[in-house]
Amino acid sequence: MEFFNSSIFMLDSSIRLTVPLLLACLAGLYSERAGIFDIGLEGKMLAGAFAAATVAALSGSALYGLMAGIGVSIIMSLIHGVASITFRGNQIISGVAINFLAAGLTTLLGQTWFRQGGRTPQLSGDARFTGIELPYAAELADVPIIGGIYSELLSGHNILVYVAFAAVPITYYVLFHTRFGLRLRASGENPKAVDTAGVNVNFMRFKAVIITGVLCGIAGAYLSTAQSAGFGNNMTAGKGFIALAALIFAKWMPIRALFATLLFGFLDALQIRLQGVELPMIGEVPVQLIQALPYVLTVILLAGFIGKAVGPKAGGIPYVKER
Amino acid sequence: MSVRKPLPRWADLILIPALNLTLAFLVSGLVVLIIGESPLEAVQILLFGAFGYGEGLGYTLHFATNFVFAGLAFSIASHAGQFNIGAEGQAYIAGLGAILVALFLDQTHWLIVMPLAMLAAGALGGFWGFVPGYLAAKRGSHVVITTIMFNFIAASIMVYLLNNVLKEPSNMAPESASVVNAGKMPQLREFWDFFGFAPVNVMLFVAIAALIFTYILLWRTELGYKIRTLGKNPDAAHYAGISNSAIVMISMTIAGAMAAMIALNEVLGVQNRLVLDFVFGYGFVGIAVGLMGRNHPIGIALAAILFGALYQGGQELAFMMPAVTREMIVVIQALVILFTGAMEGLFRGPLETIFGLIEFSKNSDAETEKDQHKDSKE
Repeated sequence: MEFFNSSIFMLDSSIRLTVPLLLACLAGLYSERAGIFDIGLEGKMLAGAFAAATVAALSGSALYGLMAGIGVSIIMSLIHGVASITFRGNQIISGVAINFLAAGLTTLLGQTWFRQGGRTPQLSGDARFTGIELPYAAELADVPIIGGIYSELLSGHNILVYVAFAAVPITYYVLFHTRFGLRLRASGENPKAVDTAGVNVNFMRFKAVIITGVLCGIAGAYLSTAQSAGFGNNMTAGKGFIALAALIFAKWMPIRALFATLLFGFLDALQIRLQGVELPMIGEVPVQLIQALPYVLTVILLAGFIGKAVGPKAGGIPYVKER
Repeated sequence: MSVRKPLPRWADLILIPALNLTLAFLVSGLVVLIIGESPLEAVQILLFGAFGYGEGLGYTLHFATNFVFAGLAFSIASHAGQFNIGAEGQAYIAGLGAILVALFLDQTHWLIVMPLAMLAAGALGGFWGFVPGYLAAKRGSHVVITTIMFNFIAASIMVYLLNNVLKEPSNMAPESASVVNAGKMPQLREFWDFFGFAPVNVMLFVAIAALIFTYILLWRTELGYKIRTLGKNPDAAHYAGISNSAIVMISMTIAGAMAAMIALNEVLGVQNRLVLDFVFGYGFVGIAVGLMGRNHPIGIALAAILFGALYQGGQELAFMMPAVTREMIVVIQALVILFTGAMEGLFRGPLETIFGLIEFSKNSDAETEKDQHKDSKE
């Protein structure tokens, strides 16, 4: 029973750590499926987190914070879009620029506005997203197994957690069962065909990039107004890149993205749990090994040693309409 | 008729980068204004801090040394058509080679330590570039993603090694033992006290040599020709009998070895021991340096000095204008990458039109003159 409880606890913390990865991963999915590489997920999340925490602190409302986070993240997305779609610039370079821009501006503006070394004021009460108790969670808590799963694992998360998990089937449906999704995917595989069908490829790609902005904004808001109570310097700490790794790991598929990010989220929870713990037989596991695992796995997968990850065919190539 | 024509060479090489850079600086000035400081005053402080006195100049050159290596690491790979954003990790892992050699040979002479440390660091950094190169050439991995992952893997390895292997038992901080004698790179201030306390050291000359080496390699050797051919047109390279995969691996290895030299400049030139995150983002700046320098050694040298000045002047600025923190430099860097790299096409279109119109009116002038000439003859 104790083992069961601690596993539930581990899974619970895995879920919390998975959420920003999942949102960012789905964000990247829309963009890359439409043919726009995005290594600026990290920067957009960071900017979103900062905007959300700032507005939440000033207005006292987490919802306004979320909207600001999404707004700022969309602006960053549009910069990426203008550079790589309108001016046909290099998408990787643009992504690098976005990451630097976010890292620099958030700390600079944070220090100017709040003078707390780049941190935003501590959030409390309505300025944060707090857990939602699912119906009968308290009553069911004592029921063996089911009670633990229901009231610990499923209940008590904040709204953004449920949004993130709901985004998986929605993304699946939108991408594979709507006309919009078909056109979006075609823009990333064979833009010429989309153009021939009379659909504006660049406009299509802009739509995808904006959705990326929305999801990154939610991920950022989750970090600064739900998981933590405020923004801290560089608080994304590479999560955008892990999400990118997860996207490749998931082979650009929404349902697989869920499992890939759950795996990486679990590894993160495991790494936190194992810090300084002596395991029987093995001794102390170096946490850095577990931290590096998502990256190592991605490299191995990308190299085709376990399966093969092939991205959208027209990814990274600006579309030039024939004259 | 279409008036658009490719730009003249000078406009492509000088005018467009200058315009993009100006735009980046104008937007940076706007950011300074938003923070509530005077951009003009900021520029003055920055310029004086970077060039106005010996120590400032020394720091500028020290940073520029790093940026030359980082820029070359980006550019050499870039000439082969590979996007190397792994200079950060390549330099980080190379620090291991540099410090181990220096610690082992600390009681000899720097003339012995330096080449061997360069070799060891270069081997490790080169290896860290080679593997993504190999995976790209033989297994079809995307170099961008692999080098990003390798940056993180390098960071994890170094954290582990510094905490568990290299750390002195008596020391709480995760850092290696210090070199005290021959392991330190000779500082220019030892010969010329003009430089004050600035850590500019012999690696500056290595950087200059690396620039010349790169020029000769790329434009005066067969290998360089192959590298550039591959970058321009992989199909043509293949058809010409060049082994594309070999060239990818070789260029990525050279790029990694270039990035590795940052380790000597920082670990043996400043810190005298291996510390966490000593690369400090210099590897990423290399992307901006390479882009701005148009992947040419002369351009890279100029861009490296510009960024060296920004880093040193920026520190001065943070000191004199506390509202403008060090991150201002990161913002400027981002804007430079954005405007000179990603939005490079911003001015190209309008300029092509303008130049086309000038050309067009010149030609038509000449034609009308000719016509008049004909008329008078008749």
